[in-house]
Amino acid sequence: MATQTASASQEAASGVRSEHLTLDDRVALLRYMLLMRGIEERAMNLYRQGKVPGSFYDGFGQEAVSVGSAFAMSPQDRLCVLHRDLGAHLVRGVEPARIFGQYMGRAGGVTAGRDGNVHFGDFRVGCVGMVSMLPDMMLVATGMAMAFKLRGEARCAITWFGDGSTSRGDFHEAMNWAGLQRLPVIFVLENNQYAYSTPLDQQFAVDPIERAAAYGFPGVKVDGNDVEAMFEATRLARERALAGEGPTLLEAVTMRMHGHAAHDDMKYVPAEQVEQWRRKDPIDRQESRVREAGADVGALRAEVQQVIDDATRAGLAMPMPDPATATDRLFYEPTDPREELLLGDGRAPWSGFGTAGEDRRR
Amino acid sequence: MPTMTYLQAISDALRQEMRADERVFVMGEDIGVFGGAFKVTDGFIDEFGPDRVMDTPLAESGIIGTAIGASVVGLRPVCEMQFADFVSCGFDQLVNVAGKMYYRQGLPVNITVRLPSGGGFSGGPFHSQNHEAWFMHAPGLKVVAPSTAQDAKGLLIGAIRDRNPVLFLEHKHLYRRVRGDVPEGTFATPFKTRIARAGDELTIVAYGAMVHTALQAAEELEGASVEVLDLRSLVPLDEDAILQSVRKTSKVLIVDEANETCAAGAQVAALIADKGFEDLDGPIRRVATPDVPIPFSPPLEQAVLPSVDKVREAARELLEY
Repeated sequence: MATQTASASQEAASGVRSEHLTLDDRVALLRYMLLMRGIEERAMNLYRQGKVPGSFYDGFGQEAVSVGSAFAMSPQDRLCVLHRDLGAHLVRGVEPARIFGQYMGRAGGVTAGRDGNVHFGDFRVGCVGMVSMLPDMMLVATGMAMAFKLRGEARCAITWFGDGSTSRGDFHEAMNWAGLQRLPVIFVLENNQYAYSTPLDQQFAVDPIERAAAYGFPGVKVDGNDVEAMFEATRLARERALAGEGPTLLEAVTMRMHGHAAHDDMKYVPAEQVEQWRRKDPIDRQESRVREAGADVGALRAEVQQVIDDATRAGLAMPMPDPATATDRLFYEPTDPREELLLGDGRAPWSGFGTAGEDRRR
Repeated sequence: MPTMTYLQAISDALRQEMRADERVFVMGEDIGVFGGAFKVTDGFIDEFGPDRVMDTPLAESGIIGTAIGASVVGLRPVCEMQFADFVSCGFDQLVNVAGKMYYRQGLPVNITVRLPSGGGFSGGPFHSQNHEAWFMHAPGLKVVAPSTAQDAKGLLIGAIRDRNPVLFLEHKHLYRRVRGDVPEGTFATPFKTRIARAGDELTIVAYGAMVHTALQAAEELEGASVEVLDLRSLVPLDEDAILQSVRKTSKVLIVDEANETCAAGAQVAALIADKGFEDLDGPIRRVATPDVPIPFSPPLEQAVLPSVDKVREAARELLEY
């Protein structure tokens, strides 16, 4: 098993263009990354203007991880998304205005002011919002996959978590459970070199990718700054999951280019390390690829900027939530017992999926 | 109407709901082939198969966390903690993931967690605990605790059908000691307080095994008209029923098998002090387990658990107040 995936790993890590992506797909990948970066830069400005309460956390430099992997998910797949992974929400179809509303604690935000930052998931598009205890969602995703397997459905679950998460017990419980039951789940370890200020050499003695084999499934290291490599590695992991071959651990090697949150000046990170990663910027890389292939990147950037400007205005126009509602909706008490509130299907823009979400190339 | 034990009633509730609703399945440690540490799911694997009677790894966070995941895609898991004590290992998933999900993002978590609770039989510090107060303090979780066979069935069905995370405290000491008539088929008991015995001079508030202790104490107080309330549900707490009883009797004794500080009974006392003060004709009294771990040796354990004698004497003092 490990030998088979070693070749997939090398192929994915080399950044060879996926033969499963059209030029439109590759431009779409760039567009989602530009949208993620632009929204987060704008939100950081809003934070500095005092319009975003609390703190602000972003995924600057890590855009390829969530965009590339979410792009490989079908409408019926389900996602547990991390706070550096705004791109996954965008791929699934969450409107940027609601994201600005979310950051600013507005009534029109995704959680209507009940949680902040990227602590959200629009369940109507199949996403579960994270909790701050990061690897908790590994178990939730494992449980979704368990349900898919019990019902014999060709779907998978995906979840993202950081290098710090590998130290928690829920990482072990989820990896063990998923390996034991051979569940259709993809674990994306987003290795961004630091858990807050803690570097990797204080987090683990053995690279966590090595642990996958101990749980009975493959671990694949991926260049997390290459959006097409992320897509391809995730696509292959999803193929495995749907074929009943069980989980995959993907380690997306990347770098957190900003502090843990807005207040963190990252003095603990050597300047040369930041500079070295700046040269591997995922957006620069994808932009030169699609430009070479003939895409009009200037027009794309202008279109994305317009979307962000419009969404900012719409977010700022949203009212704050009514304080009288703070204690509402603690329990779900439907008047009609047949009513169901479950995770819904999301957008799956990859050309490999048909309109109904089936993989047309299968 | 068939007669069955409290334990048989729990099994019956699970079996009936699994027959009626294919989304319902049970998961836990040693529950399949072995039938569970207390045999609640004995024989289930033969009827429902290993997919719906799932033997899990020894991982309580895993059991609760995966149940949450299964529920948000449409299943209705019923998790068994082998002993309630082990729920501490799944605390984070319950409190941070399950309890907050609907409030934060509008996504309900339809899971039931069965907690074989309570002491009285030398289970020692790790097989005797009553954890309800931890979860009463965590928003978004419901907490119910039956005292009779009929309620064991009706409240468990109610918990499974409830669309929120529900903790079902089943008292181990009642499993085979308590039996009663239990209606056939499926019925859900509302999460409301029950008058276990009517009276008008003193109210004893209890739940779970302590209802039986309170009833026995009331029996021994000859000539006194004692009302015993069986709370049945701790979250939501049936405030109206409690205050109505206080209005009638004017005197209240609250019994907890749990450790005293911040126990369910403390919340009941606070409620009455706040909203029933004008109806009181004496201090609100409590009998609870002191704030120590539950000791193993029988004389030590009996020294800390609320006994019929302790409840009766506290009631007598209050009646004479």
